[in-house]
Amino acid sequence: MADTSFQVTGREPKPEETLSVVEVLGDAAKRTVASVQEYAQLSGRAMANIFVGPYYFQDTLEQMDFIGAGSLPIIMLSGFFIGAVMVLQTGSQFARFGQTSLTGDVVSIALVRELGPTFTGLLVTGRCATGIASELGSMLVTEQVDAMRAMGTDPTRKLVTPRLIAALLMMPLLTAITDFIGLLGGCAASVFSLRLGVVEFWRRAIDALDFADLMQGFTKPVVFGFILATIGCYKGLTVRGGTQGVGRATTQAAVLSSVLIIVADAFLTKLSLYLSNKIF
Amino acid sequence: MMAATMPTPGSSSAITFEDVHIGFGEGEILRGVSFSVRERETLILLGETGAGKTLTLKMAAGLLRPTSGSIHVLGQQVSQMQERELLEFRRKTGFVFQEGALFDSMTVADNVAYRLREDRVPEEEIEPRVLEVLRFVELEETLEMLPSELSGGMKRRVSIARALINHPPIVLYDSPTAGLDPVTSQTIITLILRLRDVYGVTALLATHRLQDGFALANFHFDPEAKRVLPNARNGNARAAAKAAETRFLVYRDGGIYFDGEPEEIANSKDPYLKRFLV
Repeated sequence: MADTSFQVTGREPKPEETLSVVEVLGDAAKRTVASVQEYAQLSGRAMANIFVGPYYFQDTLEQMDFIGAGSLPIIMLSGFFIGAVMVLQTGSQFARFGQTSLTGDVVSIALVRELGPTFTGLLVTGRCATGIASELGSMLVTEQVDAMRAMGTDPTRKLVTPRLIAALLMMPLLTAITDFIGLLGGCAASVFSLRLGVVEFWRRAIDALDFADLMQGFTKPVVFGFILATIGCYKGLTVRGGTQGVGRATTQAAVLSSVLIIVADAFLTKLSLYLSNKIF
Repeated sequence: MMAATMPTPGSSSAITFEDVHIGFGEGEILRGVSFSVRERETLILLGETGAGKTLTLKMAAGLLRPTSGSIHVLGQQVSQMQERELLEFRRKTGFVFQEGALFDSMTVADNVAYRLREDRVPEEEIEPRVLEVLRFVELEETLEMLPSELSGGMKRRVSIARALINHPPIVLYDSPTAGLDPVTSQTIITLILRLRDVYGVTALLATHRLQDGFALANFHFDPEAKRVLPNARNGNARAAAKAAETRFLVYRDGGIYFDGEPEEIANSKDPYLKRFLV
């Protein structure tokens, strides 16, 4: 028993442990598998909550406003210039063969199939996955998540599912807007730089698209929405280490969801091309 | 070291811990803790920082699961419940967090009304109930304020109001006076006294300040006189009963170091216990 304030009892000094490389790698692998499992469980519960009430409509609407309406300025501005750059880059190549009229086709297909969903996914991730991770992380370190649980509220249902629903609904709409604004930018660049007619650009841009392109272009944003919402929530709800941990989780959410979006894009493109060859 | 009192089997315990162990990566924090809190009793949980006081409260509320052992609260085995059952169970307990843990994006009124809205209570019923509990903590003028606009003591009082809104039979307080000045601490303790003596709640109060416990043991709130009165030397039977309803539990090195009545700890010559009196 310690009789003075300065005596420490019951805590034997730990012997220095030397870990081998195999043990370090083994521990890292175990932690990674455990994280993937936790992430899968959180995502599974959030998805299951979509089909079983109770629902938090007000929270879902707020998140739709944050993810959807809040992201409009950045995706519109970026979309316009992405379309314009596409036209400038491809137009100069087509000009060598005297086929500048094909610019509308290329810009349209590239935007709808690939650039629209991917750029929207990355831009919205940069803005919202980080916002979600920092908000939930701050709530966690200030015990607000525990307070919610202590009052009988399921944090997955209250915090994760509304963000997931909002991202799943908003991402295809934002992508459609990016596509349209991108085509407007492309049209402006075509008219002023390549001297193409407005009507001809739009006619070729619309004719170039078929149903498979639209399917591909609107399936991807749903998956990207799932990734950004679940990664943002997972990173936020697994913060360790106070405010510094919140900053780390925010960075990790942005990096991880951006990388996953690009990886998922590759697989979805391959799958979409395979299905479009088989079905359409 | 003094012997810990084992829970009495079959007694009307509101909270019972039996051989509870909990630990994380760095080892066990609580090693075989057993105690019980009778209905309407206030148990003061003392211990140094990191002794496991908050863990005990969180386990009692089902926010953490023990590594082994069993925890019964209001006759339900909390340690074995699934999360879905726990969500329902937690509606019967109030939890006052150390820093208040108020939802910072909501006003005081929305924070206090949170639980009622979760229970789909009609809006016309919510407003008077929120006003009632805010009046109880003497903060009815803060209805539309955000938590960031409140002082530390006010946040704790709002947190008590929030825990109180659906009149839970058990309230768990996590260091409610930590970091507060003596005057504000006294206000919080008075509030806890009133809550105990007006609503008759069972309380588990974690603190590192022995004087908080003595205040709860030596004073009572008289609803007729509407003020706090000392228990001693007035021969009041109710006051004597209130004193008997307060017990102390001291954690040390992962176990229970002391479990007993206020007089025992007050008269103790044990140097470790005396450190809490400073």
